[in-house]
Amino acid sequence: MQERNSTWGGLDWPTIFIYLALVFMGWINIYAAVYSDEHNSILDFTQRYGMQLVWIIFAFALALVILLIDRRVYFVFAYFFYGLALLSLIAALLFGRVVNGAHSWLQFGSVGIQPAEFTKFATILALAKLIGVFNFKILQPSSLLKISIIILLPAFIIILQNDTGSAMVYGALILLLYREGLPNWFMLFLLFMVILFILVIIASNAFILITLFCITILLYLIYGDKQKEAIIYAISTILFGLALYFTLKYLGYKISSTYIILFSMLIGTPLAIAYAFLRRIHFIYYLTIFLVVTTSFSLSVDYGYHKVLPIHQQKRINDLLGIEADPQGWGYNVNQSKIAIGSGGFSGKGFLGGTQTKFNFVPEQSTDFIFCTVGEEWGFIGSSVVLSLFLILILRLIMLAERQRESFARVYGYGVVSILFFHVAVNVGMTIGLFPVIGIPLPFFSYGGSSLWAFTILLFIFIKLDSSR
Amino acid sequence: MQLNITTDKKYIISSIILIVFIVILIKLFLLQIVEQSYKLSASNNVFRYIPQYPARGLVYDRNGDLIVCNQAAYDLMVIKNEVKAFDTVEFASILGISKEQVKASFIQIKRMKGYSPYKPSVFLKQISTKTYAILQEKLYKYPGFDVHPRTLRTYPYKMASHLFGYVGEVDSSIIAKNPYYQLGDYIGVNGLEKSYEKELRGKKGVKIFMVDVHNRIKGSYENGLYDTAAVVGKDIVCTIDAKLQSYGENLMVNKIGSIVAIEPKTGEVLAMISSPIYDPELLVGRNRKNNVKILQSDTLKPIFNRSLMAPYPPGSTFKIVNGLIGLQEGTVYPTTRYGCAGGFPIGRGVGCHIHPSPLAFTQAIQMSCNTYFCYVFRGIIDKPMLGSAEAGFSIWKKHVESFGFGNRLNIDLPNEQRGTVPSVSFYDRYFRKGGWNSLTIISLSIGQGELGATPLQIANLSSIIANRGYYYSPHVVKEIKEFDGIDPKYTTKYTTTIDSTWFDYVVEGMDMAVNGGAGGTALNAALPNIRICGKTGTAQNPHGADHSVFIAFAPKDDPKIAIAVYIENAGFGGTWASPIASLMIEKYLADSISRPDLEKYIQDAVLLDRHAGKK
Repeated sequence: MQERNSTWGGLDWPTIFIYLALVFMGWINIYAAVYSDEHNSILDFTQRYGMQLVWIIFAFALALVILLIDRRVYFVFAYFFYGLALLSLIAALLFGRVVNGAHSWLQFGSVGIQPAEFTKFATILALAKLIGVFNFKILQPSSLLKISIIILLPAFIIILQNDTGSAMVYGALILLLYREGLPNWFMLFLLFMVILFILVIIASNAFILITLFCITILLYLIYGDKQKEAIIYAISTILFGLALYFTLKYLGYKISSTYIILFSMLIGTPLAIAYAFLRRIHFIYYLTIFLVVTTSFSLSVDYGYHKVLPIHQQKRINDLLGIEADPQGWGYNVNQSKIAIGSGGFSGKGFLGGTQTKFNFVPEQSTDFIFCTVGEEWGFIGSSVVLSLFLILILRLIMLAERQRESFARVYGYGVVSILFFHVAVNVGMTIGLFPVIGIPLPFFSYGGSSLWAFTILLFIFIKLDSSR
Repeated sequence: MQLNITTDKKYIISSIILIVFIVILIKLFLLQIVEQSYKLSASNNVFRYIPQYPARGLVYDRNGDLIVCNQAAYDLMVIKNEVKAFDTVEFASILGISKEQVKASFIQIKRMKGYSPYKPSVFLKQISTKTYAILQEKLYKYPGFDVHPRTLRTYPYKMASHLFGYVGEVDSSIIAKNPYYQLGDYIGVNGLEKSYEKELRGKKGVKIFMVDVHNRIKGSYENGLYDTAAVVGKDIVCTIDAKLQSYGENLMVNKIGSIVAIEPKTGEVLAMISSPIYDPELLVGRNRKNNVKILQSDTLKPIFNRSLMAPYPPGSTFKIVNGLIGLQEGTVYPTTRYGCAGGFPIGRGVGCHIHPSPLAFTQAIQMSCNTYFCYVFRGIIDKPMLGSAEAGFSIWKKHVESFGFGNRLNIDLPNEQRGTVPSVSFYDRYFRKGGWNSLTIISLSIGQGELGATPLQIANLSSIIANRGYYYSPHVVKEIKEFDGIDPKYTTKYTTTIDSTWFDYVVEGMDMAVNGGAGGTALNAALPNIRICGKTGTAQNPHGADHSVFIAFAPKDDPKIAIAVYIENAGFGGTWASPIASLMIEKYLADSISRPDLEKYIQDAVLLDRHAGKK
């Protein structure tokens, strides 16, 4: 490990410039979103744009401090930071101020801090330290267990704080894990599960179960070699199901078709396993596991969605999937947000010209819905510029991560990439109706000290690591 | 299956990120460039078009008295989301409604079309100025509530409700038909208010404001560049004589029927009364719907405008028409005499009252001899040179229609009825082709049978006789202020098919009926200083006792007023209808009443029993 003499010479200036550009754009858009004729000075500190300037100056100071600190500190104290972050999360959970139903704020005098924002970089540091060890085998069960604990612990506390949106961010770290060794099939399986999740909400259980059964049979037909048996198996299961259905109907029992299909599939499974054991076809075991896992996943998603998920989250997902529309109620935020962005047109209504955001039609417009102001006042051009800056930043960070010699820095870099990507995609996605509304900020843009500082720390630790690689 | 070359994953991850960003950009493209509806939604969000309601035009009578004017009223509006818990009992008592009604209103506004808790909804319509004065001081206690000023009608003379009609709120079918109107606008629903809606309503203006999400007004749009001012409705001068109208309404108390008075030279309607009357104020404001229900359930049908809508049998007044047709067709001469021995003896026969016999034409009018006019009618229908009853009947019908019977006179008021004049095809259907003749339809000779005429048409008949042969379409509007003239159809002269010379004999007969001494049917209508000509009628009808009918005009040589009076089920025309007409004429021409006893006798008479006069 050799260190460069000059801290400044090794800095990746393109990244820093994009950061500065995003922070500046965020600030003027907050000004536009909150703007009113009574308070028209951008330096008015009773207003959010004035305060944001204070947060920005603090953020710059933080960035400077991070660049000046010895890079080894981040490696050595990684677990310490992680523990500190967990403690602050628990403190917020126990003593925190409740905002929008979430116990996620710690109050220091007049300044409120959201520990969940800061836990992200700490978690990534801890992960980087764990995975960055020489010869770390990610696929070993003990490794997976440790990784899971590091990621799920903060996520779990944040869920307890009733801030599910912020907890979901940790799911993004799957990108990091993929880069560090999770196999492709696992990612495909995850993708399949996501699609299955949506299908379960949209379609009936019976349809899902039949589809899963067909996919299993299809997989066997593609990868297996005893096609004839598979077809016989499939047909006999179907016949059994039909026979059961009509018998019950004839006898006058009213049983949901879901149960009949489920029962037929369950009856067949031991037979398939016995067959696999006799013929020593291991492939069938995997398929059986696949079928059991996906089936129980579907049924538990179905149960969880309708019985466990809070009604507002259920409604938000319904609204997104077009199952039910309620533009005055649950869909109000997204509908107004789409109106604001949509009315911006190609080139926007001009700086301070946005009526929808200026007159508060969009809720949370300076925080989670700040992208509306961009869309309305700067149009498609402005939105594209902002998105492109984020895209360039993220792709640049991937490039930087890949050029690291140490695993620690690389893993951390991918962590930054995962978190930024998730935040940008989900935040912008929810403002345009591509994703359910979960309250997470747009990095560097959204109003708020905690979010701005946390993302600054997140990014600048990596810049520091990179500068002295 | 597993890839071990981890650098490949860099590209896979980059690709995933790139794809997600492209999807977002595509969605943005659709949202911002392809889809146009969001721009409209944005304008709907932010622009509030506040209509500026103009005051409705006023109505004056022919002498310049104000008879319909405006009063201020206030719509109480509520923005649901701004309402805080409040004392419903006090609130209800200020508004003069019950606590339950307050709750009901909250439920009701939610059901209204276009309801939004962020926008003002009408909580209670048309609060009076008095209530508003109390409410105004306490409004601060009820955040979310506010008032919008409106104007309502008020009537200094509580009269002529049928003629003025009323103003109501537009409904969805009107809005669908006419884009000028929007929810909450007022429109003339009936009477003058309806037929002169365009002139009276003026033109709404609009102020465009920008509002925030809480509907707070943030300022006017482009400094009011696109605002338009309201144009006040045009004032109207009505042909009605307010004094005469209210005098007539006074005389008609406790009587059912109608009076229509027309100035013959112009067709201007001087008075139009349909009795029972009702207070026009009942159909103003919040209680209108309730009051309409009450009025509709009244068995005397006060809302029904008898003057324009009741097709009464014309009765003996119609003898004049038959007489004139006979004279014109040459089937009777002024000197022709017919004997009458208590009735017309041919066919089913027609009875007559006791009078000297035989009578010549003018005397037959004077004494209203049924028999005489049966002969006259037969003469017309069976005129030898025409060859058939159908041909004779067609000639008769053509003459009758030239008097305005069987068709609308096109008065400038809605719902005018045509009345009925039977046709050849009607009788062909009713009997059979060739199965009828002058005797089968002999009732027409005395104005009974299949004839129906509105009091307006009968008054118009009186007007035609006063003019000796022509009329102008009766109308109720004399002048629209700041507007040149009235509709040309009211200055078009309609001439009957009867030569004016023949009218002198009729006029003579009508003069004698009132002033001719023995045998005159309406001697009680005579006035010392004003020469009144009149004709009684006693209209048999299926609803009860005969209707008492009288038509008249005066003065004889320079008629200034022509009048028709119908009193339902009051018996002989000379008993009730003729003195009423006489009083009306005196009121109009002399402006004072020389016979207070008669006046009191009429005012006190209660003629509501439909079967009183029937034996």
